[in-house]
Amino acid sequence: MTKAKKRVSTQVSPLIAVCSLTKTFHVGDAEVRALRGVSFTVREGEFVAITGRSGSGKSTLLYQLGALDHPTSGEVIIDGVDITRISGKRRTAFRLDKLGYVFQDYALLPELTATENVMVPLMMQGVSTDGARRKSAEALQRVGLGDRLLNRPSQLSGGQQQRVAIARAIAHEPKILFADEPTANLDSETSETILDLFIELNRFGQTILMVTHEKEYASITGRVIMLADGEMVSDKSPKRVQSRV
Amino acid sequence: MRTLSEWSSRMAIVLRLASFLAYRQVRRGSLWTNLLITSVMALTFLNLIFIGGILVGLIESASTANRTLYTGDVLISATQTRPYIEDSPSAIALVRSLPWVEALSARYTGIADVEAGYRSKTNYTDIPNETNALLTGINPMDEDAVSGLRSRVIAGSYLDPQDSEAILMGADKLYQYSPIDTPGLRTLKDVAIGDRVRIKVGPHVKEFTVKGIVKGKVQEIDSRIFMLDTSLRELLGRADKSVNEIAINTFTDEGAVFTKEALVRSGLSERARVQTWVDAQPKFIRDIKDTFALLGNIVGTIGLIVSSITIFIVIFINAVTRRKYIGILRGIGVDASVIELSYVMQALFYATVGTVVGALVLFCIIKPWIDVHPINFPFSDGVLSVTAVGTSLRGALLIVASLIAGYVPARMIVKQNTLDAILGR
Repeated sequence: MTKAKKRVSTQVSPLIAVCSLTKTFHVGDAEVRALRGVSFTVREGEFVAITGRSGSGKSTLLYQLGALDHPTSGEVIIDGVDITRISGKRRTAFRLDKLGYVFQDYALLPELTATENVMVPLMMQGVSTDGARRKSAEALQRVGLGDRLLNRPSQLSGGQQQRVAIARAIAHEPKILFADEPTANLDSETSETILDLFIELNRFGQTILMVTHEKEYASITGRVIMLADGEMVSDKSPKRVQSRV
Repeated sequence: MRTLSEWSSRMAIVLRLASFLAYRQVRRGSLWTNLLITSVMALTFLNLIFIGGILVGLIESASTANRTLYTGDVLISATQTRPYIEDSPSAIALVRSLPWVEALSARYTGIADVEAGYRSKTNYTDIPNETNALLTGINPMDEDAVSGLRSRVIAGSYLDPQDSEAILMGADKLYQYSPIDTPGLRTLKDVAIGDRVRIKVGPHVKEFTVKGIVKGKVQEIDSRIFMLDTSLRELLGRADKSVNEIAINTFTDEGAVFTKEALVRSGLSERARVQTWVDAQPKFIRDIKDTFALLGNIVGTIGLIVSSITIFIVIFINAVTRRKYIGILRGIGVDASVIELSYVMQALFYATVGTVVGALVLFCIIKPWIDVHPINFPFSDGVLSVTAVGTSLRGALLIVASLIAGYVPARMIVKQNTLDAILGR
């Protein structure tokens, strides 16, 4: 067992434990090392921003943590499960049970209404259609879209679509909410609304990991992990957090 | 290891969510895309049915014409060892007494040489304008009741009971309708309605007037010469009333079988050949029917393969254009089986709607139209032979092929890396 692993095992059950995580891409003959031995832990209820310049590896890190991609080496232990060692089918089930995602471009299904988009993961969890509809409506009301339940994505603004995506990510009550540049396609006013929503969710105990390249937006979180060239260069609590919240 | 109840509840979730997604994707998808896919399916289904149906219909039409115009439902004919049906009057009386018999026509036959243009011939060394033919003596009313021969007169008019010196020429015996002139198969040239022809049977020679020309696309009709039975008996010098063929129509299809069985039981089959219309079909028709059915199946199989590929391409393009959304579904934790099943359900929907639309077009438009306007082939009037069973079978095959062709591309896309699908890489 490596030193890093020993260190992780001695901590008091972090929700996320990342140990010596590396990810290498092959582009033609060239080898691109997107992550170079990243290690950190996240406790339940934390709101963490992962930031850095373009190409620093922050999105790549989020994909490894979110069980959307396989790292080249290292471990990602979430809620006691090493997700790098489980099969594809179990990873899908794990994502459904434990994780929620908010993508940069909202990633809503265009044929489904706001309610129906939110219903999908709930129905996959075995919630009845009526139950899923009710829970979806609750989640949409929680993000301020109680009057847009039957609208399809094309009938909603960017900010509203992102709020539907957030409602979909939280409706099934995941342990962790991952957000990949959730404000990248939004104007500053709408972005602040979305960030306020994240803060509100975090206040009720939701663990959130958010990738952003905007320092200002990162500063509203409780903790900022900065990456540069695939390495973790800092892990701090910003000063402005308390004043914002 | 999952228990049965866990498995069944899992299946219920998969089915419910797959149908939820499939229904919405079809219902809220592009109307034009849905119309295009359904049209492709309908045309594919028609392609599956049409070529085979025409091939089989071509021969069925020839077979039906042979039944209608020549054999009737039951045909009694002379055996190969006897020149005619012995004791014909009692055989005819027996047939008339059977409850299934609707009508009968007793026919006398004899081989003859027929010559035309002999009056205008100036040089005796010229090759005579002649042919040979099977003369058939009929009662015009009885024959029309059995075969509807009157309706097959394409020039001139039908025989009346008083036309003792008139004949109906089969079209195959006239050059203008059958332009063949080889030493073994000669036809008469320049013969028109009202012309006189000379018929020679052994030492007997008599002139007749061509009253009409018949064409039924049945060799037994088109290559014969019809005259009154009394005229033929006189020409043949036959004093007895022994006929060569008795064509019988029955009220029902089953009646044909019952009639044959009754005639065989009576002992008639010992002195004559008793056949239903099926037995009496020429061997070449049966052979061609089998061959065309085989060809129809081959064409159908190729059609099915082409259909499957078409459906595969349609579903594949549909799945590829939705690759990002498939990735998103996988990303938010939707099981691959749900996505695959939703695509299979969509394929099932398109195939079912396409098949139903194709069947409606087939049975409500194409078949009725071809029945009224048969395709004019040289040896039959081509109709479309389709049965409910055959159509259902092909429809079912198309649907099964669609399910497979819908599943495979969905599986291929679902199997791809989830992140690559989401990011469009």
